[in-house]
Amino acid sequence: MTQLTENSQDIYMDNNATTMVDPEVVAEMMPFFTEQFGNPSSLHSFGNKVGFAIKKARKQIQRLLGAEFDSEIIFTSCGSESDSTAILSALRAQPERKEIITTVVEHPAVLTLCEFLETEGYTVHKLGVDERGRLDLDEYRRKLSDKVAVVSVMWANNESGTIFPVEQMAEMAHEAGVMFHTDAVQAVGKLPIDLENSKIHMLSLSGHKLHAPKGVGVLYLKRGTRFRPLLRGGHQERGRRAGTENVASIVGLGKAAELAMKHMAYENTEVKAMRDRLQEGILAAVPNAFATGDLDNRLPNTASIAFEFIEGEAILLLMNKAGIAASSGSACTSGSLEPSHVMMAMGIPYTAAHGTVRFSLSRYNNMEEVERVIKEVPPIVAKLRKLSPYWSENGPVENPQESFAPVYA
Amino acid sequence: MWNYSEKVKEHFFDPKNAGAVEDANATGDVGSLSCGDALRLTLKVNPATEVIENAGFQTFGCGSAIASSSALTEIIKGKTIDEALQVSNQDIADYLDGLPPEKMHCSVMGREALQAAVADYRGEEWKDDHEEGALVCKCFAIDEVLVEQTIRENNLRTVEEVTNYTKAGGGCSSCHEGIEGVLTRVLAENGEAFVPAAIGSTTQPLTTLATEVSPTPKAVPEAAQQVAVSNGILKRIRKIEMVLESVRPALQADKGDVELVEVAGNIIYVHLTGACSGCQMAAMTLGGIQQRLIEELGEFVKVLPDTEMPVALGGA
Repeated sequence: MTQLTENSQDIYMDNNATTMVDPEVVAEMMPFFTEQFGNPSSLHSFGNKVGFAIKKARKQIQRLLGAEFDSEIIFTSCGSESDSTAILSALRAQPERKEIITTVVEHPAVLTLCEFLETEGYTVHKLGVDERGRLDLDEYRRKLSDKVAVVSVMWANNESGTIFPVEQMAEMAHEAGVMFHTDAVQAVGKLPIDLENSKIHMLSLSGHKLHAPKGVGVLYLKRGTRFRPLLRGGHQERGRRAGTENVASIVGLGKAAELAMKHMAYENTEVKAMRDRLQEGILAAVPNAFATGDLDNRLPNTASIAFEFIEGEAILLLMNKAGIAASSGSACTSGSLEPSHVMMAMGIPYTAAHGTVRFSLSRYNNMEEVERVIKEVPPIVAKLRKLSPYWSENGPVENPQESFAPVYA
Repeated sequence: MWNYSEKVKEHFFDPKNAGAVEDANATGDVGSLSCGDALRLTLKVNPATEVIENAGFQTFGCGSAIASSSALTEIIKGKTIDEALQVSNQDIADYLDGLPPEKMHCSVMGREALQAAVADYRGEEWKDDHEEGALVCKCFAIDEVLVEQTIRENNLRTVEEVTNYTKAGGGCSSCHEGIEGVLTRVLAENGEAFVPAAIGSTTQPLTTLATEVSPTPKAVPEAAQQVAVSNGILKRIRKIEMVLESVRPALQADKGDVELVEVAGNIIYVHLTGACSGCQMAAMTLGGIQQRLIEELGEFVKVLPDTEMPVALGGA
């Protein structure tokens, strides 16, 4: 694939944060800003054609998700809206059920909502993970009961890339008579999905994670699932999500879904090979570094590498200077108190959790870029370690945690 | 990405005095839980003159932690121990042309490392006396621990009271939900419930103390104001005065005050008096006032202390 970013020198490896809109997607969207400006709800021909375009997009999404009916696709404004809609709908439709099952490593779109719901009197069971970020399904089974309104478990983790067995977990929920939602924002477009043959009731996806624009998402709602809309007021999306459709973005998302199908094999072979080379190359050159997550069962594009004894934000700033964009689980990049809740949940020690860097690739990266990153990263790590009180000449100081034990404020 | 000043970038990309001082006779090891940052400061102090002849740092931390460490060593080199102890975290931040509110604790860590190193030199034991929490109010950089303590010590019950005592929530007001959360939690400790102020109640943030401290002039309705002041400049200054008036009670509660000195284009010079001048929070206060002014005027303005006013405008 060709390099299409603004500065051809810059390397973008932060695709789990957001992706470039595919030029084919942009081309598909353009007419809907100009000649095709009608409101799909209108009777006249201006609106009618737009209505057909949305119908086409719905079909394209249906195919990518392997959904049985296109009416199971509800367009929303983003992944977070889909998550909130799904969880709140399950609670409102089953007011007698006051419990939620989720995991400690969910995206804030789910976790923050669940924490808020706790203050409203709901009980939230957060499933823990092991050092590789894996769930304990026996613990999950024990928590399932007729008191639980909904299970919400992400398909793949945005930080470590670890994939959860959501299809199996949905089966288990089904047996227990519990509704199942998955935040599949990171999985859609990277992993094959077959919702028709699953027991998943609801699934969230976000356009901008798969080369569609920001500001559009989807909630998949299996036919027959009890539902209470978040936004009422219009007949759009069959009365399940009011508000005039974001037509251009919906059309773009449809095209992006079609392209994702086309590139699915490439993602799982070529992109995966680049990711593997990147990880292997960096770990071979940098001592005291390790990959986090479930290495044999993770997204093909994601490598999360912990560099011990240095801090993530400092690494990112230096990488940015070298024209490489990635992201970090350090507290400092988010302004929060703790390093990444995902790294802490996996029991990664403090001094390594702060130094995790996530590289997330896409079909727009190439092997040359990978080699350049492999070359640029080791001196950056070395430079920062030279400044670190935990590091001496060629390696960590002996008993790093003891020889440097600062007074903490 | 953070909005770092050029000075911060300079000290991060090319830090000064990195590494441990060879023949150091003072070491200070401190860390800040807020960021998991940690800093070791080593000093070579001349025993006869008590002058800091050399300073070096080793830092595990983010960009601003490294820049703050570098700035600290540059500031204190050549100073006597007593002179160096006068350096506040605000001095470190100022040296770097400011730090984002979320990063101010990096400068606090620098100051603490200095105190710890001096204590080590003097054979004393240094104990950290403050605790940091998650940032609640970004306008005034007030953290949760401070809000919690203030609520407990003064039996506060409303968001307005919290604002009057700590300034938290006095800016853009988007943290009021968070402050309500802290109030709910702290009040629950004594079996009390948080009762929000009724909608339409006359109490406004930052003005409740006015009746106790100084009478606030009755706000002129905006429409009447427009009739009275047709001139754009006058109107603008009137608005600025109104904002300053509204933050005044909170400053007076801290034994300080603020007055308007000069308006030069989009730069507004103010004079901070009493406890506010030289207070470590001075920059925060100005930042908060600036935020309010930007919202009120609907344009970008910069608020600076009158000490930074150019001579041409009557500054020193």
